[in-house]
Amino acid sequence: MRLFLIAFITIALFAQAPAPAGNAQNGRKLFESYGCYQCHGREAQGGLGTGPRLGPKPLPFVAVQKYLRQPTGQMPPYTAKVVSDKDVTDIYAFLQSVKQPPPVKDIPLLNN
Amino acid sequence: MASSSKPSFGRQNVGRRNFLKGTATGAAALAAGVKPARAQQSEPARSATAAVATQEKDPSPSVEVLTADHPGSDFMVDVIKALGFDYIFANPGSSFRGLHESVVNYGGNKSPEFLTCCHEESSVAMAHGYAKIEGKPTCVLAHGTVGLQHASMAIYNAYVDRVPVFMIIGNTLDAATRRPGVEWAHSVQDAAILVRDFTKWDDAPVSLQHFAESAVRAYKMAMTPPTMPVLLVADGDLQESPMRERPHIPKITLASPPQGDSGAVAQAARMLVDAENPVIVADRCARTPQGLKALIELAETLGAPVINQYGRMNFPSAHRLNQTERSRALIANADVILGLEVWDFWGTINNLRDQVQRTTRPLTKPNTKMIAISATDLNTKSNYQDFQRFPDLDVSMAADSEATLPALTEACKRLLTGDRKRNFEDRASKLAEARQQARERLRTEASYAWDASPISTARMAMEIWAQIKDKDWSLVSNNAWPQRLWSFDKHYQYIGGAGGAGVGYGAPAALGAAVANKKYGRLSINIQNDGDLMYAPGVLWTSAHHSIPLLSVMHNNRAYHQEVMHLQRMANRHQRGITTAEIGTTIKNPNIDYAAMARSMGVHGEGPITDPKDLAPALKRALEVVARGEPALVDVVTQPR
Repeated sequence: MRLFLIAFITIALFAQAPAPAGNAQNGRKLFESYGCYQCHGREAQGGLGTGPRLGPKPLPFVAVQKYLRQPTGQMPPYTAKVVSDKDVTDIYAFLQSVKQPPPVKDIPLLNN
Repeated sequence: MASSSKPSFGRQNVGRRNFLKGTATGAAALAAGVKPARAQQSEPARSATAAVATQEKDPSPSVEVLTADHPGSDFMVDVIKALGFDYIFANPGSSFRGLHESVVNYGGNKSPEFLTCCHEESSVAMAHGYAKIEGKPTCVLAHGTVGLQHASMAIYNAYVDRVPVFMIIGNTLDAATRRPGVEWAHSVQDAAILVRDFTKWDDAPVSLQHFAESAVRAYKMAMTPPTMPVLLVADGDLQESPMRERPHIPKITLASPPQGDSGAVAQAARMLVDAENPVIVADRCARTPQGLKALIELAETLGAPVINQYGRMNFPSAHRLNQTERSRALIANADVILGLEVWDFWGTINNLRDQVQRTTRPLTKPNTKMIAISATDLNTKSNYQDFQRFPDLDVSMAADSEATLPALTEACKRLLTGDRKRNFEDRASKLAEARQQARERLRTEASYAWDASPISTARMAMEIWAQIKDKDWSLVSNNAWPQRLWSFDKHYQYIGGAGGAGVGYGAPAALGAAVANKKYGRLSINIQNDGDLMYAPGVLWTSAHHSIPLLSVMHNNRAYHQEVMHLQRMANRHQRGITTAEIGTTIKNPNIDYAAMARSMGVHGEGPITDPKDLAPALKRALEVVARGEPALVDVVTQPR
């Protein structure tokens, strides 16, 4: 419970900082060329056993950037030497641009 | 061996090409056959070899015998039939030409039927998949040299996966009888040494009686848990030399599987009944209908969650105690963990970070008790390191889990009190509720990228499910979304993975499993990785040639995707070239047209499909073909995972 509270407060603090404006179109290209798609899917939908869904409604920008630079799990690091802050901003803009899928109840195949 | 008062019907010291059967020569040869080798050396003038050699220099057409009515290979077929093999999977090879001919003509090419494979690795992987459906091995023939070399990776997969495969390999040991040239290159002193590190047992019989006994012994050993591949060498001379009398085939009585010691079972039962948060982890455990039933009964007796690690079917996916999706949380909160044939127990209860510093941390609470039941403890070899890191265990039973489950369940039941029963039922109800929530989350996750192109793997899985869910189906491949979203409840609906993670297993194993499913009229479904198919595309031809009903749906992500991710990890770690991970790891430029490839080998082909809306009609067309007893392939261009 304590860990949950810490995480909640951290995310809440991060959420207060607005994300810098980025170029979503370029972000999509970078998401591919930098290999993000490999674990998270080409639409950032996530991959079973590889990486979580990143969009739509991504985690706060500061949290994403922090994890990208210094991941605490299995993800390989994307340091500033290979991915600039501007690139991160564009990638984040792409994650924000991912469209919400139709509700599950409206997808017959997921209700079989 | 036959007694000394009778002629020897084992290995003749007269080579197959040199067997000249004049009355006198035949008698000499027969007599020499029972003479000790040392005696032959001391009396060279009287040896059959010498007699034959004399005639070989000046063969007389009037006495040269060019035919043999009862070759040793006929008896080998008798042995193979006695072992109950339905099929022989093989690529043809001269070192077992005698046996091949006997299978086809003497044996009538029925039980076993010879199925033509295009690569020995495919032959063995087919046998691997077959055994996982049928619960028993089938026979593979191969050259003792080049064939076995091809087959070795697939044998390793079966070994790591603890699956029985029965190999017979051809070889010509006697250098004096080999044909010049290729037969020398196809001969070897100790053929089995190549795979001895990852087979359970092998032998190189020198007589037909020896062959019979070793074949039965090999079968019995392959089938005794831990089940594994075994190998027999069929010597070329033994195959092709005439048989004079039929040797005895021993009675085939399989060993009962090893069951856990009663004291250890009682101790484990006490720990499980006393636990507040027990967790059952099943990996290569329940492989039969009885096994599934036994695991269900244990879980329901305890009201305990089951985490399926998918080495076998193990547990119904829709059961309220199937808590696989909550694995991490359950392991973290467990006070007792029961591992059933868990391949990597240490990795189940610990985390290792694949960073520059490979740090580890436990996933469990400090005092969590561990119980392991595994037949692997009964037979572990040293060279290949598939045995994983050594876990801290509190109870360890070297026994077959499936065979031990009934006794463990009964021991638990004997300890139950009314209070515990009510407690367990409450626990099961809460688990069922949590499971339902986890399932809802999964369905939501599946909806993301639903209409994407390339097609999401979740969408592909559910498009297939919509077409097959009302049929008697069997998933003969190892895929993530079906495990989570389809409803599995029969032992043949899931066969696990490759074992050794050797690529090139998927397509042939699926075909072998489909061969096994054919006689039951089941619909075999294979979600086929593109990189894997390119190791062994010849299986498409085999499936068409032998009319094996199998629907293959390509998970075509145009890459060896696991390796793409590994290369990316290295580039990121080295802070350079993070855009180059696709060099050497992808399968594009040109893109492979798998549907065209399938059609070229007589398999119905659909695709490539890039729009998810086109998937259902293509699947329907393909399934119509499969319903007619033929294979079909649908090429789907997909998301990476």
